[in-house]
Order: sequence, then structure tokens, then C-alpha cells
Amino acid sequence: MTRSPIMDTIADLVFHSAIVLSLYFLFAGHNQPGGGFVGGLVAAAAVVVYYVAGGMDEVRDLSRFRPWTILGGGLVLASLAALVPLVAGDALLQSDYVEGDLPVLGHVKLTSTLLFDSGVYAVVVGLVLMVFEGLGDEPEAEDHT
Amino acid sequence: MSGLLALPIALPIGAAAVSIVVGRWRAAQRVIGVVTLVALVADAAVLLARADSDGAVVGQAGGWEAPFGITLVADRLSAVLLLASLATLLAVLVYAIGQGGVERNHVGFHPVYLTLTAGVSAAFLTGDLFNMFVSFEVMLTSSYVLLTLGGRRDQVRTGMTYVVISLVASVLFLTALGLIYSSAGTVNLADLATRFTQLPVGERQALALLVLVVFGIKAAVFPLFFWLPDSYPTAPTAVTAVFAGLLTKVGVYAIIRTQTVLLPPGDRPQVLLLSVAAATMLIGVLGAIAQNDIKRILSFHIVSQIGYMVMGLGFFTVAGLGGAVFFVVHQIITKTTLFLAGGLVEHRTGTGNLDRLGGLVRTAPAAAVLFLVPALSLAGIPPFSGFIGKFALIDAGLDDGWWGVVAVSLLASLLTLFSMTKIWAGAFWGEAEPVGPGHRLPGLMVGATAALTALGLAVAIFAGPLYALSERAADDMLQGTVYVQAVLGR
Repeated sequence: MTRSPIMDTIADLVFHSAIVLSLYFLFAGHNQPGGGFVGGLVAAAAVVVYYVAGGMDEVRDLSRFRPWTILGGGLVLASLAALVPLVAGDALLQSDYVEGDLPVLGHVKLTSTLLFDSGVYAVVVGLVLMVFEGLGDEPEAEDHT
Repeated sequence: MSGLLALPIALPIGAAAVSIVVGRWRAAQRVIGVVTLVALVADAAVLLARADSDGAVVGQAGGWEAPFGITLVADRLSAVLLLASLATLLAVLVYAIGQGGVERNHVGFHPVYLTLTAGVSAAFLTGDLFNMFVSFEVMLTSSYVLLTLGGRRDQVRTGMTYVVISLVASVLFLTALGLIYSSAGTVNLADLATRFTQLPVGERQALALLVLVVFGIKAAVFPLFFWLPDSYPTAPTAVTAVFAGLLTKVGVYAIIRTQTVLLPPGDRPQVLLLSVAAATMLIGVLGAIAQNDIKRILSFHIVSQIGYMVMGLGFFTVAGLGGAVFFVVHQIITKTTLFLAGGLVEHRTGTGNLDRLGGLVRTAPAAAVLFLVPALSLAGIPPFSGFIGKFALIDAGLDDGWWGVVAVSLLASLLTLFSMTKIWAGAFWGEAEPVGPGHRLPGLMVGATAALTALGLAVAIFAGPLYALSERAADDMLQGTVYVQAVLGR
């Protein structure tokens, strides 16, 4: 495919800013609008920009993990966050949090839900990458009939 | 307490995740699947024992109190159906591993199968209508994938029908949920039970009817069954077997749960349910008689047998509902066994078409025995579990003088026997036809079918205690207050 230098430059700019925004959503999600699902969608949209600029190969170069590994890993993380409270004798999905003052960041409140949300984030990103694997590749030669 | 309730939902999802990550190692996937299901069967058995001895086991996910949090409830009804379903899922998984086929060729089979397990468990255990919607979606989304694994042309065509009809049902379900929430202000089932009594009669009957239509589509009752005999037979055998045994029964469970919880005794749509039941029994079995392929015949029988369960509910007596619960347990096991046995025939000979089969009694005696036992049970021949279930239902019907529907059920039963005879005569007796590109039967396939047959026989042998349990479950439901008290503590 022919590539446009304008598109390539913009894709780099947009991709990184969108990823930062998606991480913001992920961390802000517990008490403000956002969360793992929304964050994951924004990150996936960032990936779409690369797909438009460079096609499937560019998307594959983004990560050395395969899409299903990302999806599966996210699901493992989310289900661990759901199951661990059971071991501690609490209810399924019960959340807990720690507060503290950190250098640079200031006052921080960390909830265990963040672990669950990160899992969801990875699942959404992995899913979108899988959709690209399945539907976004160049058509095979045999389809040109 | 809560852990027991949470495991059947959370554990298979976690296991599915690990199964995706280790996708490259088929052996690891198999071990994860089987170990998870064995653990869940044990978990469900403990839940049933607890629910029967100490009353319903209730838990709140996230630690938020009902009616605000996600309530999980295992009363006698949920627990007994959960146990039967998980045992069936385990047997079918072993069968699929033995068969190879889709299980070997698709990395996705194990993860999706485990997700289906989570959806089925969640549907039985949830104590709130919205989460029932969610669990149905989990279950259906997995079933879309399983149904079209292999991607053959006819699978995709019938898969489309199935997806469209399921989406229509889901949209209706969501609409019903919205209406219920706006009129009653809650979707927690126990809370709804009390709030619904304060609504105007017309309003609550309309809402309950809408819910009945939604679950009627899922359970495939007349006249909403048309999608089922078309889509089920095209799936791989193990998948058809587990769909046949479980999915429609989850729909029946939802009908039983909502119709008893939402409506006080005077408002229940008794005549409607009984008419639907009679039509379902008769139309289903007539459809089966017209077919000439083992899987298609059996698929129409799924519909026909759903009619008996709805009939038991329609009586709204302890005897009728108890019979229905017993019948659902019997059907989950027997129906799955029949499909597995039909799959053995297909695996051995390469076809399920009765015109091209014959003489299997001599060439595949194991398959013949494993088909005969559940077939007789389905037709209601003593001493099998089907006889006990039907006897209990008919007895309950005669007690209340519902002669018409009882007569229809007896006729349907006779026609079922006829249809089973047709398979028996076409496939097992007669001249041995030249066997096509068939395979020897793997031990795991035969073993899994035999184990499930044995479980079906156990249902008949322990029919006394099981029927007593079903009646206690029915009693809980008809009283209504038992469920509400267990969840809300008042």
C-alpha cells in the first residue's frame, strides 16, 4: 500500500497522546467518568489510527504479545481481582483501598478495583486487536476471482 | 458461605482466561477444563446439601446488601438444576475430548465452553432479574461461537437465524427490564416479589406476560420454537448435546422462577400456560415424526418435552411443580445422553440419516445399548426416570381435573415412543448397511455416554429422595415467602 507522510506523522502524534489519555481514564475511573472499559476503547481507537496509516503490519509491530495473550492475560487479572477477596473470606468482587502520600504524586488513593479495571482494559485492547487479525488483513489472493 | 456461591460463576471465567493464555498446549487446556468442572460439580453438590438442610444459601457479591448489590441465591430449585447441569457439562466435555473434531481443531473451544459454563451457573444462581439478563447474554454469546465452530456454510446460515432470534429476545428482555424497573423500582427478584403485589393487577400481569414471552423464546415453547430444530442439528455433536440438555432448560428455569415469584397465586396465567404446554408437546412430537435424521428428530423432541415442564408449572400445585422440577432434572441428563448416543452412531458410520443406516445392533452394540436406555426413558417406559416424571405430572393434573392437557400429554408420549421406534428400527435393526468413512469409537466417547446413562439410571433408582426434594423445592416456590425471607431477611 502507498503511505502518506502526513498521515504517518499525525498517527505518531495522535497514538501516543491517545494512549496517555486512555491511561488517565483507567486511573481516574473509580470515582470519576472513565474506567477500564472506556480506557480500553480509547486505546483501541489509538490502534485504529496506526491501522489506517500503515495497515495490519504496523498494528502487529506494536506489541510482541499476540492479541489472544493480551485478552487472556487481562481476563486472568480481572478474575483474580474477583476471586482473591474470597480467599480472604470476603465476598466475591469485594474491593478494598489504601491511601497514602507519595513523593511527586501527592495524596493517592489506590483501590483493588484498579486491578480489575486494568484487566478489563487489556481484554478490550486484546479483543480489538483480535478483530483486526480476523477482519483487517489484506484479502488473500484466492479471493480475487 | 459466599465462596461456594461465587465459584460456579467466577472459577470457569478464570479458567477460561488461563485456557486462552495456554492455547498452544492442548493437553493443558484439557486438564484445566476437566479439573474446573470436577471442582464445580463438587461445589454444586455441597450447595445442594446445604440448601436442602439449612435453607437457601445467599451471598452478596461485592459485599453490598440486597436489594442494592448483586445477589446470589442457591435455593433447592437452583441447586438441584445447577448440579445436574454441571455434571452434564463435565460428561460432554470428556466426550468432546474423546471425539477430537472441533475440540482439537479450534483453540477457542475450551475457553468458550468454560464461559458457557459460567453463564449457565450464573443464570441459575442469580437473585436479580438484570443479572439474569447478563448471564443469558454470556451464555448466548458463547453459544453463538460454539454453534458456528467449523464455519461450514449451513452452520453459518442457521447460526444467523439463531443469532437474530436470540437478539430479538434479548431486546425484548431489556425492554421488559426497563418497564419493570420503572414501575416497581427494583430488579431484585425477592424485592420484586413484595413490590409487585402493590402494582395494579393489569400492570403486573402485563409485565409478567412480557417476561414469559422472552423466556418462552429461550425455552422454545409453542409458538416460539421455530428456530430450534433448524439451528441445533448443524452444530458439532458435543455442542448440540450440551445445548439440547441445558440452554432451553435454563429458559424453563427462568419461566418457573419468574412466574412464581412475580405473581401472587390468584393472577397466575394458568390456562394460558396449560394451552401453550399442550400445543408445545403435540406440535413438537409431530415435527419429530416427519424427520428422517437422528439429530433433527431429537431436536424436535426437545421442544415436545419442554411442553411437559410448562404443564407441570401450569398446574401451580406442589405436586405439579414438583413433577416439573423432577422432569427438568431428568431431561437435562436424558436428552444430552440421547444426543451423545446419536453422535456415537454418526461418528461410527459418518451419517445420521436413517435411510443410510441399519444393523448397528451388530456392528456397534455399545452405541445401541447407550441409545436404547435414554430413548425408552424419554418415551416414558417404566422403570426409567422419564416414566416417573411423567407419572408425577399426570397424577398432579388428574388431581385438579385438567383432563384435556393430560390426554394431550399421554398422546404426545405415545407418539414419542413411535418416533424412538423409528430411530431404533432405522438405525439399529435391519440389514447392516455398508459403513461409510467411519471411525472406531474412542473409549472416552463411549465412557462419557455410559457415565451419563448411568446418571440417568441413578435418577430413576433414587427417584424417591429426588422427588421428595423436588416437592420441597416446589413448596418453597409456591409459598414465595421462603425465597424473599432468605434474601432480604424479612
